[in-house]
Amino acid sequence: MNEDEIRQHVFQILHRIAPEADLGEIDAAQNLREALDIDSFDFLNLIIALQEKLGVSIPESDYRLVQTLGGMIAYLSKTV
Amino acid sequence: MTEFRMPSLGADMEAGKLTRWKIKPGDRVKRGDIVAEVETEKANIDVEIFASGVVKELLVQPGQKVPVGTALATIVADGELPAAPVAPAERIRVSPLARKVAAELGVDLAAVQGTGVGGAITQADVERAASAKPAEKAVVTPEARPEGPSCEDDSQGGMRRAIAAAMARSNREIPHYYLETQIDMQHALGWLQAENVKRSVRNRLLPAVLLIRAVTQALIEVPDLNGYWVHDHLELKKSVNIGFAISLRRGGLVTPAILGAEQMTLDQLMSAMSDLIVRGREGHLRSSEISEGTITVTNLGDLGVETVYGVIYPPQVALVGFGRIQERPWAANGMLGVRPVLTATLAGDHRATDGHRGAQFLAALDRHLQTPEKL
Repeated sequence: MNEDEIRQHVFQILHRIAPEADLGEIDAAQNLREALDIDSFDFLNLIIALQEKLGVSIPESDYRLVQTLGGMIAYLSKTV
Repeated sequence: MTEFRMPSLGADMEAGKLTRWKIKPGDRVKRGDIVAEVETEKANIDVEIFASGVVKELLVQPGQKVPVGTALATIVADGELPAAPVAPAERIRVSPLARKVAAELGVDLAAVQGTGVGGAITQADVERAASAKPAEKAVVTPEARPEGPSCEDDSQGGMRRAIAAAMARSNREIPHYYLETQIDMQHALGWLQAENVKRSVRNRLLPAVLLIRAVTQALIEVPDLNGYWVHDHLELKKSVNIGFAISLRRGGLVTPAILGAEQMTLDQLMSAMSDLIVRGREGHLRSSEISEGTITVTNLGDLGVETVYGVIYPPQVALVGFGRIQERPWAANGMLGVRPVLTATLAGDHRATDGHRGAQFLAALDRHLQTPEKL
């Protein structure tokens, strides 16, 4: 799966969590939780949805690597 | 005959809009059944009934917005014979909150003129009556409420005024005291991380659940903080119903409660919290979850706040605040190191408890978080 395909999947999940957000405007280097105003419960749901959609189980110790959109896509590109 | 009334779903609620009946005349209902949907300024609520019997009459139609306390339907209770309709003039329409305040202030409701829809007595009516001279108690002047929200007022301004009234009442009537403590979270977070490694992603626990569990355990040790201040005395509650704030995507908050938290394991608490968050955001909370909180926990750590100084939600007598967990220098066993540290605060009602009791609670909270494996 290439980065564009991964990005599309991530956007589909984020759209369900923050439907009012303009995902195209998110800075790839910005903290996702701050950019989308999502809390720890939403973030956990994001991780759950990524596992269900892409089959990637992100351990908590790697959360720091997926805090930004850019970081998340790079992380998933290596593991999907 | 029992009247099913528009419930008070929080100290800041003055009115609600009936959006849907789930019953019709002749239906049998039992305590706890969801019988209607009500829209408040904050959310859609599934309203439960607290009587068992047969529905006699629906008094309010979907789409109508009525004050808290307004009779919505009549129920012939089990064992009751159908009675003659009660004449409207004989019925005092009063919100549960206004009734509670009247009892606290010693106001005779029969002498209060209601200014709500249908002459319903509101909390503001009771407070005006209490502050008036005895001979003037029943007099309500138009100037007393020059721009108050009418029941048809659906504006954000009306909501803000309602919240302002509730919080002003809290600050006016509740002598708050505040205590603050720093809690070393190294053991708790370490245990949680190890625990989550063993779990599937879907079954992971959030730190907030550990905090709620620790608050529950501390309240079992110090029950004076789990209750209501009513009729000039502390009414302790056996069940620990922990209210917590859920932010809504469209803005605003709802604060449902996890009912019976003292009987739940960590997994059950996580499940209950997740369920409430999902239903809260979908607008499907039950009325008991909105109105039966016995203490509130406010966690603003996600937003980077260090310390929370909360305003108690009446008639509760305490609010526990949590800030963010951040690494700080920490001295222990003669060594200086860096630990994840949480600032926990307690806002207590000084009428119900004193600082000594509050300190016991915070100490218990800290102690429970040092032994997370026992939570």
